[in-house]
Amino acid sequence: MTTATPPVSAPGRTSGRERGGVPGRLPWPLVIPALIGLAFLVLPLAGLLVRAPWSTLPQRLAEPQVLQALRLSLVTATVATAVCLLLGVPLAWLLARTAFPGRRLIRALVTVPLVLPPVVGGVALLLVLGRRGLIGSWLEAAFGLSLPFTTAGVVVAEAFVAMPFLVISVEGALRAADARFEEAAATLGASRWTVFRRVTLPMIAPGVAAGAVLCWARALGEFGATITFAGNFPGTTQTMPLAVYLALETEPEAAVVLSLVLLSVSVVILAGLRERWVSRI
Amino acid sequence: MNRPVQDRPPHGGLHARLVVERPAFRLDVELEVAAGEVVALLGPNGAGKTTVLRALAGLTGLTGGSITLDGRPLHTLPTEHRRIGMVFQDYLLFPHLSALDNVAFGPRSDGASKAEARRTAGELLERVGLAEYAAVRPGRLSGGQAQRVALARALAVRPRLLLLDEPLAALDAHTRLEIRAQLRRHLADFDGATVLVTHDPLEAMVLADRLIVVEHGSVVQQGTSAEVARRPRTDYVARLVGLNLHRGHGDGAHVKVGELLLSASDHVEGPAFVAFAPAAVALYRSRPDGSPRNLWRARIDGIERHGDNVRVHLDGPITASADVTPAAVADLDLSPGQEIWAAVKATETHAYPA
Amino acid sequence: MSRDLSRWTAALALTLAAVSGCGSGGNAATSTPAPAAGGNARELTVFAAASLTGAFTELGEAFEAAHPGVSVKFNFGSSATLAQQIIQGAPADVFAAASPATMKTVTDASLAAAPTVFARNRLRIAVPADNPAGVDELEDLADPEVKVALCAAQVPCGAAAVKALEAAGLKVTPVTLEQDVKATLTKVELGEVDAALVYATDVLASGGEVKGIDFPEADKAINDYPVAALAKAPAGPQAQRFVDLILSQQGKDVLTEAGFQTP
Repeated sequence: MTTATPPVSAPGRTSGRERGGVPGRLPWPLVIPALIGLAFLVLPLAGLLVRAPWSTLPQRLAEPQVLQALRLSLVTATVATAVCLLLGVPLAWLLARTAFPGRRLIRALVTVPLVLPPVVGGVALLLVLGRRGLIGSWLEAAFGLSLPFTTAGVVVAEAFVAMPFLVISVEGALRAADARFEEAAATLGASRWTVFRRVTLPMIAPGVAAGAVLCWARALGEFGATITFAGNFPGTTQTMPLAVYLALETEPEAAVVLSLVLLSVSVVILAGLRERWVSRI
Repeated sequence: MNRPVQDRPPHGGLHARLVVERPAFRLDVELEVAAGEVVALLGPNGAGKTTVLRALAGLTGLTGGSITLDGRPLHTLPTEHRRIGMVFQDYLLFPHLSALDNVAFGPRSDGASKAEARRTAGELLERVGLAEYAAVRPGRLSGGQAQRVALARALAVRPRLLLLDEPLAALDAHTRLEIRAQLRRHLADFDGATVLVTHDPLEAMVLADRLIVVEHGSVVQQGTSAEVARRPRTDYVARLVGLNLHRGHGDGAHVKVGELLLSASDHVEGPAFVAFAPAAVALYRSRPDGSPRNLWRARIDGIERHGDNVRVHLDGPITASADVTPAAVADLDLSPGQEIWAAVKATETHAYPA
Repeated sequence: MSRDLSRWTAALALTLAAVSGCGSGGNAATSTPAPAAGGNARELTVFAAASLTGAFTELGEAFEAAHPGVSVKFNFGSSATLAQQIIQGAPADVFAAASPATMKTVTDASLAAAPTVFARNRLRIAVPADNPAGVDELEDLADPEVKVALCAAQVPCGAAAVKALEAAGLKVTPVTLEQDVKATLTKVELGEVDAALVYATDVLASGGEVKGIDFPEADKAINDYPVAALAKAPAGPQAQRFVDLILSQQGKDVLTEAGFQTP
């Protein structure tokens, strides 16, 4: 024990990440299914890589439509994630921290977009926010706002489909977090909002981050609800998945290229973010 | 530590009647704690001690009753407006904040600027001897250090009421002694009312001016440490303070417990308690003669080590424990099931009204 | 969803065919011929463009009635996707495409010979039943106030729309380029757009929700539907019999009723 560094962690307080010990033999009932699972997830990607028309790749990438769709995808997925965070975190808080009648039902309803086929979700969005929709007709009459066929519509469709991922993972984090810390903060004079901001949110940050990543990834790959609700027009509503789908109709090779672009960009971004979080937390 | 009671400011301190009803549990407790006084709530697990603290803090709603602190009603305020300092059993230091920011949390919530709050926090950390740990996260503090940070954090809101829930329970035996001494000093410096919950009688006696014993949601006994230690009123308290306790009927110099008539040093009429220390019980193989004492025939129920001595559990007209030296056990050749004579001097037998 | 499912069943059927093929290969003298070689297969698999769903289902039932013991299975979908599946080895007997171009990818792969055009589909302007924008000719679609949905140029109805608009010398900026004709029609049905260019058959199939308007330039963009029995048809001669039914007068009647033009 050195005298230069006074803080000495108490026994039993080491975090899980620092778990040491002698590495034992890995149990094969876990390792074999794990490897099969990994192969199952990765092999289709390998299929894309093998089939990719590498020689024409650069010129395909240089097509303005590709970059346009990619940029639109990244922007809309990011904005959709921001919308989900803004609305989803409070919703998760409400579900985890307050008691109100019908909470179980609400929790089940939150997962509806997960179960609903995205195309049906898109139609449902049209029925509510479309030109003749319940809210959409009013929006158009009152503000001249129309969501379908606009970039904002893409964000709406993506947020609709992706939000459950965020809500579920944040709610799980909230339930796992010790609510007594919030009580301790209250005894120190913190209002509920301060408690949320300064205690709850920092403590569930990893859960929120994980939820946001899932949410973003889901938004990035969104196809059905987007094309149904927002339509498909290059530059305004044609995201990468839509471009991929249409390319598949005539030029399967181009579709492979587009898919690879989408995949590699998302992998790079997610791996980069993860690197940051791990070093920060 | 023991402040004169007349120092109490008018209406100062805590006055509370707490009623909390839950399925299969009812808490109904009255508390009076003067400013500057430390009161320990003592009781077995599940007695409702922690519920008392939570009710005072506003973390558990009252079914009935009221709380007044320094003349102001408290029970109508939500927790964050009660201005109380609370030290939780496992401290609940915010893991994502440094020791300094943990302590600064209260002043910050009270509207102080960041610099101001940190200055206050720095002073408090210095007072508890942890100035050089300001930047350390709770995960890297030892149990004793964490306890002191928790105390500093609670004091940082400049509370008029300090609540401590088993403040030393999470510490190992060695650290506990040291932290207890420090805690005692800090409590002596604190001019508000303090309510301390513990199940350790020694902790209660060392830290508190007055004890309140809670069992099954009600107060069963209260008084100074000395009063409670000398005159237990329930089996639980008797066990805590290590006395044999019996309930009987007094008729002046004697108290009748079951079939046994015990003489006591005190004069008592009507329902009465009789208490005597295990060490005051002497054991004999054959009936002793001599000075006036309470004497009865007992059967040995069990024998166990008790510190440096041996505790002998006795059955008979009354159940009692006797502490004897290991040498005496050998001399008397004691073994379970054996019939012997037990004696307690009248001068060591205390009787008081029930 | 159903496309995935049919792909699975196709893969499964392929596996089964391979297994049974191996079995009979070693036992060539038996009197029961393997399905691939026989003329009395129990099952006929037809891959057809989605726009043929109604007409072909009816013709399938007629075929089953005429050939007791044979069951006709359909895989309806986008022509391009179906063509891809056939090229990847899906065990189809008959392929009916919504455009000669997609059929060509299959004939180029030497998987079918001599496709025959059996139907033609003509574009119409589809407007919501109440026609809110007051559209009554193709020129109205060029009005920037009118919201128009077209099929994406990559799919046959989109290619046809481009041709028709070019023929009319009109520049139309749609709000969306839908992935298939049904999706385009849905936008009209829900009133999200004021007009769309879809096939006459789709207008007919939508019932009263959508009104169809003919326009002369549609003649320049007629969509030919070719059909072919596939070279590797597991059902063998049965495949050609189904093609014959489609080309027969009975087939023409059913297709006409569904809104197609027949040669």
